[in-house]
Amino acid sequence: MDLIKPEVGLIFWTSLSFLILLFILGKYAWKPILAAVNEREQSIETALSRAEAVKEEMSRLTSENEALLKQARAERDAILSEATKVKNQIISEAKDAAQKEGTRQIELARVEINNQKAIAMADVKNQVATLSIDIAEKILRKQFEDQKKQDDLVKELLKEVKLS
Amino acid sequence: MIGAIPTKALAQEKTPEVKEGKFDPGKATMEHIADKHEWHLLGEKFIPLPVILYTDKGFEIFSSANLQPQGKVYKGKYYNYVLVNNKIKAVDETGNIDEAANKKVWDFSITQNVAGMWLSGLVLMFVFISVSSGYKKRTGKAPKGLQSFMEPVILFIRDDIARPNIGVKYERFMPLLLTIFFFILINNLFGMIPFFPGGYNLTGNIAVTLTLAVVIFIVVNVNGNKYYWKHIFLPDVPFWILPIMWIVEIIGIFSKPGALMIRLFANMAAGHIVVLSLISLIFIFNSLWISPVSVAFAVFIDIIEVLVVFLQAYVFTMLSSLFIGMAIEEHHHEVI
Repeated sequence: MDLIKPEVGLIFWTSLSFLILLFILGKYAWKPILAAVNEREQSIETALSRAEAVKEEMSRLTSENEALLKQARAERDAILSEATKVKNQIISEAKDAAQKEGTRQIELARVEINNQKAIAMADVKNQVATLSIDIAEKILRKQFEDQKKQDDLVKELLKEVKLS
Repeated sequence: MIGAIPTKALAQEKTPEVKEGKFDPGKATMEHIADKHEWHLLGEKFIPLPVILYTDKGFEIFSSANLQPQGKVYKGKYYNYVLVNNKIKAVDETGNIDEAANKKVWDFSITQNVAGMWLSGLVLMFVFISVSSGYKKRTGKAPKGLQSFMEPVILFIRDDIARPNIGVKYERFMPLLLTIFFFILINNLFGMIPFFPGGYNLTGNIAVTLTLAVVIFIVVNVNGNKYYWKHIFLPDVPFWILPIMWIVEIIGIFSKPGALMIRLFANMAAGHIVVLSLISLIFIFNSLWISPVSVAFAVFIDIIEVLVVFLQAYVFTMLSSLFIGMAIEEHHHEVI
């Protein structure tokens, strides 16, 4: 049967043609195509993994930022409360100091007043003494002129004194 | 296959029909799927192809037009030739077939199948070199046009045929598998075209499938590692079974590519035979009224054949990679 009897000529040409086709396609088609496909697949893969890494980095940065923000907020609060404390302290200190100073001033004023009072009292005493001496002198002089007159005078003078 | 077959069958079968007055569908079909020394276009028109003969006295090269019409004797340099059933036979002076001379004449003609194979080869080269240049032009970019049409097929062969069957070392065999796949596919498809540039039956020819099977046989056995040979010569069986195992395994070495050869050949040849038989019905009944039935069935079979065309290319490639994979498989956990 011719159908299942291979012909030598066709075997020869098929082998030759197939090997040449294999060589040419292998060199100029399959190799560059497969290399390009592989390269593209790799570049896609690296791009994807890089995107993943960037995403991770982003989330890391975000969380870091948040932490920083939280820390900053805490620090701000701490600073504010510290400032408040210091302010209060300063105010209370100032109050204390003012009170002390006031007390001191008042004390000083009192001392001064007392001094002045004492001086004034001394002066008053002196004047009283001088007046008493003057009155006594005048009384004495009048007594020496006329008793009655003198008495009146004394009385009058006394009245005067009382009035003055 | 529809349009040209009746005319062609008619054209070729005219002579016997006139002689015997009867149409022989078997003979017509067999002639149709066999190789020819000329490429028929339409009706009686054909492209003559070069005849190359290697004889004991030297090469003979002449046009096959010299042998037409069939039965005409051509006087060559060394012998006289005549075409009998599309085969070149040496004849003596009186026109009788010279058996002694025939043994010395080897036919290396560029037949229809060879010419078709070259044409399909050129198409393959054109297509895939342009695809490859597409990758060079648009490096790293998405494929375009023909490139995007071929890339899924190439990736299918790589990811679904080569990688799962061969394993990590698949890359070395990719050029072979891709070439085999597209060679079979394009020749199957060209075989489906009933007129020029198709109309030949390359993958349904046992010489071609034999050659492809031998290529796979060589690749498998050259790449076979020690586990492959150990499995053949020293399988884990009691020693007295070994001789039987050797016979079985050695038959297995040859039967695997043999199955490849027969599967592709039989599938493609059978498809052509079925279609041609259906068309022959018109001539058997000798009535035009049967032609709608013939054509309807032939179209139906043709549609199935289109599926078979792809399927056989896939199966051949898949089994080839499976055999290669079995030969180069590493057994890391050998249980002895």
